[in-house]
Amino acid sequence: MTEATKDLKKMLSLQPDWDRLPDPNFEFLPDDFELASDEAKENFIEKAPPVTYWQDAVRRFKQNTVAMFALGLLIVIILFAFVGPLFFENDYTTMVRGQENLGMSLKHPFGTDKFGRDLMLRTMYGSRISLLVGICASAIVLVIGTIYGSISGFVGGRVDDIMMRIVELIYSIPEVLVVLLISITIKIPIQNWCNSSDSSLAHSVAQTGPSLIAIFIAFGLLYWVTMSRIIRGQVLMLKQQEYVTAARALGAGSKRIVKRHLWPNCIGQIIVTTAMQIPSAIFLESFLSFLGIGVAAPMTSLGSMASDALGGIYTYPYRLIIPAIILSLLILSLNLVGDGLRDALDPRLKK
Amino acid sequence: MENNEKKLIEVKDLKVSFFTPAGEVKAVGGISYEMGYSEVMGIVGESGSGKSVEAYTIIGLLASPGKVVGGEILFEGKNLLEYDKKQMEDFRGREVSMIFQNPMTCLNPVYTIGNQLMEALLCHDKSIGREEARNRAIEMLTLVGINNPDKRIKQYPHELSGGMRQRVMIAMGLICHPKLLIADEPTTALDVTIQAQILELMKDIQKKTQMSIIFITHNLGVVAEICDKVSVMYAGKIVEQGNVNDIFYNPSHPYTKGLLRSMPRVDETIYERLIPIEGSPVDMLNPPEGCGFGARCEHCMKICLRKQPPTVELGNGHRAACWLLATKEKEGN
Amino acid sequence: MAKYICKRIIMAIVVLLLIASLTFLLMNLVPGGPFLSEKAPSQAVLDALNAKYGLDQPLHIQLKNYMVNALHGDFGVSLKMQKNRPVTDIIIEMFPVSLRVGIVAVIVAVICGVPMGCIAAYYRGGKMDSFLRVVMTLGISIPGFVVATLLLIFFGVKLHWLPTMGLNGWTSYIMPAFTLAFYPMCYLGRLSRSSMLDAINQDYIRTARAKGVKGKAIIFKHALRNALIPVVTYLGPLTAGIVTGGFVAETVFCIPGLGRYFVQSVLNRDYPIIMATTIFLAALVILMNLVVDILYKVIDPRIDITKGGEH
Repeated sequence: MTEATKDLKKMLSLQPDWDRLPDPNFEFLPDDFELASDEAKENFIEKAPPVTYWQDAVRRFKQNTVAMFALGLLIVIILFAFVGPLFFENDYTTMVRGQENLGMSLKHPFGTDKFGRDLMLRTMYGSRISLLVGICASAIVLVIGTIYGSISGFVGGRVDDIMMRIVELIYSIPEVLVVLLISITIKIPIQNWCNSSDSSLAHSVAQTGPSLIAIFIAFGLLYWVTMSRIIRGQVLMLKQQEYVTAARALGAGSKRIVKRHLWPNCIGQIIVTTAMQIPSAIFLESFLSFLGIGVAAPMTSLGSMASDALGGIYTYPYRLIIPAIILSLLILSLNLVGDGLRDALDPRLKK
Repeated sequence: MENNEKKLIEVKDLKVSFFTPAGEVKAVGGISYEMGYSEVMGIVGESGSGKSVEAYTIIGLLASPGKVVGGEILFEGKNLLEYDKKQMEDFRGREVSMIFQNPMTCLNPVYTIGNQLMEALLCHDKSIGREEARNRAIEMLTLVGINNPDKRIKQYPHELSGGMRQRVMIAMGLICHPKLLIADEPTTALDVTIQAQILELMKDIQKKTQMSIIFITHNLGVVAEICDKVSVMYAGKIVEQGNVNDIFYNPSHPYTKGLLRSMPRVDETIYERLIPIEGSPVDMLNPPEGCGFGARCEHCMKICLRKQPPTVELGNGHRAACWLLATKEKEGN
Repeated sequence: MAKYICKRIIMAIVVLLLIASLTFLLMNLVPGGPFLSEKAPSQAVLDALNAKYGLDQPLHIQLKNYMVNALHGDFGVSLKMQKNRPVTDIIIEMFPVSLRVGIVAVIVAVICGVPMGCIAAYYRGGKMDSFLRVVMTLGISIPGFVVATLLLIFFGVKLHWLPTMGLNGWTSYIMPAFTLAFYPMCYLGRLSRSSMLDAINQDYIRTARAKGVKGKAIIFKHALRNALIPVVTYLGPLTAGIVTGGFVAETVFCIPGLGRYFVQSVLNRDYPIIMATTIFLAALVILMNLVVDILYKVIDPRIDITKGGEH
């Protein structure tokens, strides 16, 4: 008789040993002491439904009440900026004679300025500019930083060394000074170019205004370094993972590895860093506009509205307070959403 | 021998859970054991079996979201779970101390060895002067076999090797002469030769100081080397406990048997294949009703998947929790 | 260590040269040079002026001349704001005013910011933590000019508690210094909180607890010193923040400091002043970054031995 059949024989003949059981009232079923089937064993371990990284992140973001509240606030501001102007007949540049310097009323909830322009409408356009600046600037950072960082991390060696030296160099440049400098100096050349050229690009540049272009240039020159460092770090780490080696062994080219394996794994970090860039760009734009070197009139932004109102601060303080509060709320909600995203996407916190 | 009659620590039906956003994880699901003075007990189990959580609970270092949900820990007759924060702070280090797995990260990088050793002493007894504390620290470093202790005491952790740091950790654990030392995988992160040295050192010190040690490890070889008693943990439960000879020569639980079969032995002359335990541990988030080891057990019966097995007394403190032991063969077969 | 310091100093000099050249070249981008204003002077006058200031020479010669002069402390003279007064003179007069406000602000930011972060970390997850986190996030979300103007409206205009302009007596320092300190304070708070939490989760904190060290001693002795290491690195950018914050605060509160003067010279296109001030402030920020980087290596005992002074 083999060992296995002996075991089986023994099993089938088992019964409870009452002397050794603490609970004599327990009801046994007749087949309790038969061997369990493999299928029963398999079903025994209840498998928790698989949760993907994204489902998990969304769940954590939803549980974060502060972040959800901030997201709501952000949506309200976006609606205010983009949908709000549809309810007005006038344009933000329209000056209405005889309606100058009106106080708050039902028709003009935020009043009008000294040219008779509706201030609520101008606030809406101002918020729109702030949001657009934030999104464009962080898009620039995203593109440059990601490409630079992944090249640096992926190629490695001397190239990486030199590229990181450049990053270090840019890191030590005081950014705001350079932004100021650029926005002062490129104004006239850009205006001249716009006046002399008839292309649609020149037209749109003229509309955007030189100082916004300066902000974008500055972001393109200086602000991508943080992003590129993060991406490089991730790429360096991921490069050594087994699945990348496996992909390489299977003959995947560098391009494919970066696209299929590295970027999807950096995406959380990329999203968080990009989200954090938006408020800092808005911050910078409002700072420049407040100093009087921001968007060109008649276009407006929250910063330049505050700057315009500074002169009448004694008589019309609300003209300053309203855009200031909206700007702060906008940046606050973006920061809080960014914090929430970071907490939700950070795999280290995964429980 | 008289001392052995009295119990140093008694754990009764201890239950610890982690309350995570995904649900309650029953890390320790009701374990009981006792230990006498100057006894060395090994707790063996794979990662996630709850062995470290149980030890952290004794010394009061269970971090949120972990919570004790039942049972009691009696230390010399007093229930540690009823101690308040201040009593617990005073208890830690003085009565029980603990050493950890990774000596590389367990010492504060910005303070000298001496500073950290003396701190362990000074925070329990304000009456000790700095000079005396320093002498005690040097004495302890000598005890754990560190040369030139008066020089070492002025060094920072990063100036010492891994084995050295673990020796410093042990010295720090012993400096208040605690009655119990909890060693949480103290040799796992070290090189094999250093491992042997540290084990030898701990054995030596245990003989000299007569303190008790709870030795947490997943390495049965280490257990055989140093322990008097062994508790084998699986999925938050003690599946078998007994003295070292019972566990090694007369294992009763299928998991213990599996562990021993998966371990290479030097005393066997015939070539024997190592047999791994198939399958993976249960999901502690939704632990099933029956025996945690059921699905991996080759003797698994239907009852095993339905009801928690009882703990069966096998004599001389040797206990195991398995349905196989709670049965006898039908008469007439 | 010496090698590291050398490397850092060389780097700082390179950055400064880079900024100086960039400033110079950008200024030359402006068509017609600095003398082209609304009322265009005649060509003869323009030529004379260009010759006088050496602007008729090729660009690289001009750059070289500018650099050589700058090294001797000569940044040229003001063209519009205070006609023909040497720029160096103006900076020497204006900078101490900004410095006084700036130092008060740095002290306020560090003294309030770091403890705020530590308290939040100590009560992590609790009500105090949530409250401080909201305050700190609010702090990094409100632009400096909003803080300045709101302070001005409430404490200056409505309540008349504090003087609204100038720097006369200590009360006039409150609003500008608070404006300058607010953002860095909250940023430092957030930074200290996260690095404190990082430190609290380290293994050596567990060791200290296992030894029986008291809760407060763990925070203040074991965690704080390690947590402060990343905080120190922020002191470099903090200076930069305070310098640029000075533009807004000094403009709003009419303080006769370098920041306000810089903004005015920007609006008046007084190029020599813009260039000199940019280079001066950049040098200040770079110097602070350098000091902080070296300080960082001193605080952390691990650096010089294990890594041989390398990054």
